[in-house]
Amino acid sequence: MMDSKTKSSKPKATNVETKPKLDANKQSYKLQAKGVDVFYDDFQAIKNISLDIVENSITAFIGPSGCGKSTFLRLFNRMNDYIDGFSMNGDILMDGDDIYDPSVKVEELRKTVGMVFQKPNPFPKSIYENVAYGLRIQGITDEDYIEERVVTSLKQATLFSEVDENLEKQALSLSGGQQQRLCIARALAVKPSVLLMDEPTSALDPISSGKIEDLIHELKEKYTIVIVTHNMQQAGRVSDNTAFLYMGSLVEYGDTQKIFTNPEKDRTQNYITGRFG
Amino acid sequence: MSHLDNEIKLLKDNVLEMMFLVKNQLEKGRKSLDNFDEELAHEIMANEKRVDSLELTIDRDCEEVLALHNPVAVDLRFVMAAFKINSDLERVGDHANSIAKYIVDYGRQVDEETRKEMRMDEMYETSLKMMSNVFNAFITEDTELARKVFRLDNTLNEINREVSEVTADLIKKDIDDTQNYLYLFSIIRKLERVGDLTKNIAEELIFYIEAKVLKHKKMKSKNGDNGSEK
Repeated sequence: MMDSKTKSSKPKATNVETKPKLDANKQSYKLQAKGVDVFYDDFQAIKNISLDIVENSITAFIGPSGCGKSTFLRLFNRMNDYIDGFSMNGDILMDGDDIYDPSVKVEELRKTVGMVFQKPNPFPKSIYENVAYGLRIQGITDEDYIEERVVTSLKQATLFSEVDENLEKQALSLSGGQQQRLCIARALAVKPSVLLMDEPTSALDPISSGKIEDLIHELKEKYTIVIVTHNMQQAGRVSDNTAFLYMGSLVEYGDTQKIFTNPEKDRTQNYITGRFG
Repeated sequence: MSHLDNEIKLLKDNVLEMMFLVKNQLEKGRKSLDNFDEELAHEIMANEKRVDSLELTIDRDCEEVLALHNPVAVDLRFVMAAFKINSDLERVGDHANSIAKYIVDYGRQVDEETRKEMRMDEMYETSLKMMSNVFNAFITEDTELARKVFRLDNTLNEINREVSEVTADLIKKDIDDTQNYLYLFSIIRKLERVGDLTKNIAEELIFYIEAKVLKHKKMKSKNGDNGSEK
């Protein structure tokens, strides 16, 4: 279990831009990391990262395998808490509040911060019950409300028109792309404001990936989305801001268009052009 | 060397070959005019096919790199610059070809005095120097050298501005030779366009190397004079 905020040896702050520009009066920073270190026992996976994520935007984390991007993503819904040897320094704020404060209930946090994983992981239940699952474990029994949420979430995930004839069908009988959109619908059913996506299309074919990317674009209006991806073109296509992590440190963070056309740092350029990593 | 590095190198080699070919076409044009060498003018016209063919090859190379390698950052800037430079070079080649056609169709030895009055030699020397600068700047990735082109272009513009009046005076003095003066006038005009295209190439080189966009910006030359706005 988590032994948070116990270590103290901080490396020097890196000279990296941490705040993307906001549209005047329209946006604010939904999520903020302030001087975050993460350790797995003695191994330091994240080194003093500060970074602000803009509300209702898509932020991509890119970097080579083992750079800490998934660890960093999981901090935002406290998924690392259950990893043996995990500890951290620094603060993670959502809407200005520390989500690692002892008064925060993790189950409540995860209603607000949904997560979609690399491999679609529907439960061995019907399509309907998969989407309803989050609501039921919250103790909601109003079937009319549950049905409304199931239909709305499936529509939001652009899956409804493909499955509306038989919502009792086994979720596991859907295609990989449909299963992933079902998992997104399941995450949306409990009305989160943040969606974390850990390589959501890496197990999918290009057509299914394209549908998920279109969906991510559509969801941006209502949700703050953070996506980890190995696919550089995908990061370029879907995100507003991109953070490049390397060996646990934030190398560069900013406007995706700038990162992919004229990055500030040589290391970023070498990575995105495929010359290392 | 990665696969993309190989493709970029191949593209760069082809653009260099195109630059070399077009620069040669211009140089031959000058020699052909100086010596009234019709044979050399025919050679330029024959080489135009090579310029066109190389343009198509480079277009295809750019398309392939974009489609198959999805280049980003400096690689993307290079491919975009190569694509535009290729088009500019082809048009320079067209102008060299048109000058050669004049020599074949209407030309005759141009006397020393007329050349001097129209500043023909200065026009040719400056445009060839500009082409040499971008050629060397491309090889060495030297943006300072590329920037020198902007000042040289001012000289071409100045000669071009004066040439209408000079040509009118020459025609008034010797009306029987009007056609000859008009064809020399049009060569000056074409060389001025060559200067503009070479300036575009310099801008593309700076975009590729420094990620700076100079297009449609007013340049300041080293002596503080404003250059022409593009």
